[in-house]
Amino acid sequence: MTPPPADAAVLSTRSLFSGEGSRGGSLPSWAPWGAFVGAVVFCGLVEAVLGWFTIALMLVFGCLVAIVAIYAWSRPVEGARRAKDRAVTMAIVAAFGVAMAPLISLLYEVIVRGAAGISWEFFTSDSRGVVAGGGAAHAIVGTLVITACAVVISVPIGLMAAIYMNEYGRGPLRRALTFFVDVMTGIPSIVAGLFAYALFELFFGPGIRMGIMGSIALTVLMIPIVIRSAEEVLKIVPDHLREASYALGTPKWKTITKVVLPTAFAGLVTGVMLATARIIGETAPLLVTTGVVDSMNADPFQGRMQNLAVYAYNEYRSPGVMKQASFDRAWAAALTLILIVMILNVIARLVYRRYKTEIR
Amino acid sequence: MAHFDTTTNAGQLLAAASGGRRRRGDRVFSNIAVVAAVTILALLVGVAAFLVAEGFPAFTSSTAELPNQESFISYVAPLAFGTVLAGVLAMVIAVPLAVAVALFITHIAPARLALLLGFFVDLLAAIPSIIYGLWGIFVLGPAAVPAMRWLEEKLGFIPIFEGPASITGRTMLVVGLVLAVMILPIISAVAREVFSQTPRKLQEGAQALGSTRWEMIRTTVLPFGRSSVISGAMLGLGRALGETMAVAIILSVSGGVTFNLIGQANPSTIAANIALNFPESSGLAINVLIATGLVLFAITLATNFLARIIIDRAEIK
Repeated sequence: MTPPPADAAVLSTRSLFSGEGSRGGSLPSWAPWGAFVGAVVFCGLVEAVLGWFTIALMLVFGCLVAIVAIYAWSRPVEGARRAKDRAVTMAIVAAFGVAMAPLISLLYEVIVRGAAGISWEFFTSDSRGVVAGGGAAHAIVGTLVITACAVVISVPIGLMAAIYMNEYGRGPLRRALTFFVDVMTGIPSIVAGLFAYALFELFFGPGIRMGIMGSIALTVLMIPIVIRSAEEVLKIVPDHLREASYALGTPKWKTITKVVLPTAFAGLVTGVMLATARIIGETAPLLVTTGVVDSMNADPFQGRMQNLAVYAYNEYRSPGVMKQASFDRAWAAALTLILIVMILNVIARLVYRRYKTEIR
Repeated sequence: MAHFDTTTNAGQLLAAASGGRRRRGDRVFSNIAVVAAVTILALLVGVAAFLVAEGFPAFTSSTAELPNQESFISYVAPLAFGTVLAGVLAMVIAVPLAVAVALFITHIAPARLALLLGFFVDLLAAIPSIIYGLWGIFVLGPAAVPAMRWLEEKLGFIPIFEGPASITGRTMLVVGLVLAVMILPIISAVAREVFSQTPRKLQEGAQALGSTRWEMIRTTVLPFGRSSVISGAMLGLGRALGETMAVAIILSVSGGVTFNLIGQANPSTIAANIALNFPESSGLAINVLIATGLVLFAITLATNFLARIIIDRAEIK
């Protein structure tokens, strides 16, 4: 009797790991890439022959063909289960690529087209009576003023409400608050704008437009975000810190202001900054409340006030005589806005990383 | 938190013992907190009350008085249809992709790359919608024109691709795609969060039984994350339903109800309709627009409640 070949044991373990029905073999490590590139090239050729070649269609069909190809290739070598695993992995990676493509395209277009419109003049002058050139200084100032007012109103209210929910609240008021904050999160931004308009119209008459109206609209959108994030970080402040403070005879309000809030500080600041980044680019509520204007106005209680998002929309919607100059300004405003949002996001994360309290 | 209450009582006893001076601080602070809480409830009641008050004339006025001489219902119905169509289209496109993105980041990409990608997706979730609108009209719309012509030629027998295909790219399909791109980071952030919290024990158990990676994902990660993915999807749907600027910029509207996604004539959405018409409106037209805003609010509320019911049911299982 001849002994079995030495690598039989290896083979059988491998077939054990790769599941039943496996033939024990495996594809080369470049197989997924090979299948993908092959499939895309194949689809490109077929489309060229049929005469409707486009890059988008080539990639979409290429992905589909690649999924089928890798399955067909793997199945006789590795068995049905590994083949399915490979096909699904291919599908997920392809879907990831499909999902990322537009987002990368968006960033690329904003940067390239926005850079064309960015100039010193863009940041320093308003666009009163301009044909070409002109800037968005009034819109930048407006964005900052409107957002700052919204932050000044929302943060104290939101923060105190979160403190109420986490430190004091019990019974029906707390339950109602949890529920209605949920409801508030779902308010569409344009509805918040309509609310601010309806509120001010009642006092000042129809057609009223003011910067502060925009801030009120943004407040409606910002408060639930602030409460949610603040509640989240207050919740993870451990009870033993509070108890230690009480044991020293510290009253509750001092415990909250001197122990709980400092512990949660990094999280609170991060939450507020992310909430600010969310509302700073809002367009719809400001379109119906702050109006459109070409010249500088830094007084939120007096007259129409421009802001970056509405400025970008307006440059697109009603371009001047020189269309391209208007579109350039719209993209430049979009780029400025995206930069502000990105900077806020990055700073928020840095603050969190730098100042977060280690809670054990 | 029972022990919590006892400590509070101890604190109050101490405070009482020291002459009530501390107690006044406590009272003031807790009153401020309560006032803040009540303010928020009042704000929400205010939103509802002012919208109803300003929208009311639209419901009560006779058809002849209303702008365009049509009843409020026949005015708002096509808009509501367009809103739901755009939202559902966006969700149908975005959810599978968002789940794939989340799975890729949590279970397929190498750890270092995954961290970077997660950060990138979070940043994308914060991009203002006006920018998605500009991108849609200047970049995606023109790029989609040949693809839509192709759809009309090859798949024209399906009603949604009936055509004739738009030559400007300002169609419902492009709006759906842009909204999908917009809500994708939001849904995928939620999905990523929950996928990465799948208990390690479950995943390792599945692998110890000889599962392939996909079998492990299908049997542990997806069931664990299902209710969160649904709530993320509903969050995204809510955003898409209420989205104003991207739709207002991209869509070429003509009213009416049609399922044709690639044509010139599209139903508008409630939010876009308000943004387009509000600045030039006055009098009763404003009341009508505010009333449509109320309808939009009702639709998003209904979506949120539906989501909660679905999640509750999924969690009981």
